[in-house]
Amino acid sequence: MVTIKELPKEEYLLKGHAACAGCGPSIAIRLLFKALGNQVIMVVPACCTTVIQGPYPYTSFAVPLQNILFESTAAAASGIVAALHQRKIEDLTVVGWAGDGGTVDIGIQALSGAAERETDFIYICYDNEAYGNTGMQRSGATPYGAWTTTTTAGKKERKKDMPLIMAAHRIPYVATACPSYPIDFVNKLRKAKETKGTKYIHILAPCPTGWRYDTSKTVEMGRLAVQTGLWALYEIEYGKFKLNPPSDRLTDKTKRKPVKDYLTLQGRFRQLSEEDIEKTQKWVDEDWIRYQKLAAIEGTIF
Amino acid sequence: MAQTIIDTANHIAGYAAKAARAKVVAVYPITPQTTVVEKIAEFVDSGKMDAEYICVESEHSAMVACIAAASAGVRTFTATSAHGLALMHEALHWAAGSRLPIVMVVVNRAMGAPWSIWPDFSDSLSQRDTGWIQFYCADNQEVFDTVIQAYKLCEDEQVFLPAMICLEGFILSHTYMPVKLPNQEEIDAFLPPYKSGWILDVNNPYSHSNLVSPEWYMEFRYMIHEAMENAKKLIPQIDKAYGKHFGFEYGGLIEKYKCDDADLVLLSMGTIGGEAKLTVEKLRKEGLKVGSARVRVFRPFPVEEIRKLAAETQMIATIDRHVSFGMEGFLATEVKASVFHEKDSPLVAGFVAGLGGRDVTAQTIEKIAEKSLKWLRMGKVEKETEWVDLRE
Repeated sequence: MVTIKELPKEEYLLKGHAACAGCGPSIAIRLLFKALGNQVIMVVPACCTTVIQGPYPYTSFAVPLQNILFESTAAAASGIVAALHQRKIEDLTVVGWAGDGGTVDIGIQALSGAAERETDFIYICYDNEAYGNTGMQRSGATPYGAWTTTTTAGKKERKKDMPLIMAAHRIPYVATACPSYPIDFVNKLRKAKETKGTKYIHILAPCPTGWRYDTSKTVEMGRLAVQTGLWALYEIEYGKFKLNPPSDRLTDKTKRKPVKDYLTLQGRFRQLSEEDIEKTQKWVDEDWIRYQKLAAIEGTIF
Repeated sequence: MAQTIIDTANHIAGYAAKAARAKVVAVYPITPQTTVVEKIAEFVDSGKMDAEYICVESEHSAMVACIAAASAGVRTFTATSAHGLALMHEALHWAAGSRLPIVMVVVNRAMGAPWSIWPDFSDSLSQRDTGWIQFYCADNQEVFDTVIQAYKLCEDEQVFLPAMICLEGFILSHTYMPVKLPNQEEIDAFLPPYKSGWILDVNNPYSHSNLVSPEWYMEFRYMIHEAMENAKKLIPQIDKAYGKHFGFEYGGLIEKYKCDDADLVLLSMGTIGGEAKLTVEKLRKEGLKVGSARVRVFRPFPVEEIRKLAAETQMIATIDRHVSFGMEGFLATEVKASVFHEKDSPLVAGFVAGLGGRDVTAQTIEKIAEKSLKWLRMGKVEKETEWVDLRE
């Protein structure tokens, strides 16, 4: 377990990148390199990071980066892993880095295939709960009630539970994270790096541009997501489910902040009725009953 | 030791991938391509071929995995047909745009709806503008030879483009023919280890294929166009060098048969070009000056060779196993475009034949020749596009 003081000083996300002010994903990219160093090959599909890296002939990434088609992150990673294996290169980490649309919607097929093939790579979904790069359209990861440009009255359906879908592939490592908890994220990345096979990390990455909150509040927004229990930090190692701090202390409902505290700070939830908020609270409480049950299972959950 | 084996074009394509020492093979099954990838699986599983074999979950992923593996520094191979190729379409652009020397065998099959598993060129010709070099083969030997030639071409620094080697489903894919396989040392001497224009490298980190503004995009496109022009020059050279090494040569971009004094040239692609030779033999015996030319490389299109051909003949009849709905077959269009500025350009008649696997026999081609000769005598093509053997 690393502490904040032990994080390396080197920066491989360079200054001058093109992320929005207050961008949650860009904090996560910085942490990604703190955890993995620069012996990394990145695969990035169409997503905000297409922009964050900057246009030709510049780049803000000090690692080799393969831009690839929207639905293809995991397929590209498969090709790179295979090529490195043929070249007998063993000390590089292949990282797929994709947004929520590129993961839970258009990229789910390639991801599922790569996971089933036990491809040795880390896949990270940075989830800002909408198609951010195209201007905030609804994705399968957009939560109930959220405004997007294609759900102008609020989304009518619930968010897809992608980490558990990945866990059902029986891959060796699945984890959730949030850049507001940097040490937790870094430790999970390091664990993923040491694990052979497909590793899936799903990050909730707050987005002031799309979520409609002040750019100074990104870290706070991530914390609130965790403190309210809307986003739980957990890991599933070889099928064993475990809640991580601080989420492991939130199984008691009274320890969790009401979801209202989180929802009312964001413009995208402005149109939510009291009834909608209650509904969301009920779902979160149900989720936590499920997390407790999963954590109580002695063996593997799948 | 060189050896002659009797096998199907699909299996031969597998032998070619092995001989070329492809290191990553990413594939998804589709009729009639399947026996290509089955053969390679057999080679890899038995240790006869040292390659990573990725059973991807779609053709789209097959092409992307090849793109990424080529980016990571190894020679790649894949194969597909029809709908698989169509599903790859987006990735085909990405492969060419990334300037990666990927080689793919396309076992031609008609596009649905309605379902068809039989051959025509509607699948590969729909990919005309993706930046891929396109070869069309007339027999199994040519399939083997062209795969090897294609790697040599694509990995030339003047080219760095991907290529598809097209062969008609069933007519070639499942038909046994004798094929001479050179020994591995000879292949290795002809085809050196993998070379590409760039590689994903932690010691020299770049963002590859990131956003390009309008200030630069056109230049990147022009470079692909130039590479195609370079390929046009290199293909005949490579074909000749290959012939010198291995004894098989295909005329470079166009294979001509008795065209020198021909009044009429039957211009086609793939196996129709092979069959047309029989027609030419027969008509020659009857005293008719007919020749056959087979466009072996459709992209880059052999404009200069077509012009040469046009200058030496009075009429070209194109036989397309393809149609662009609302227009005509691509071969007809490309030939007309090629000769448009020529003085005394010949008559050009377009024939659409053999769609969805309908037989195009020597007799079918004879009918095409007879109709063309009639129009030639009249000095006028009566019908711009004739659908051959169409039920009324």
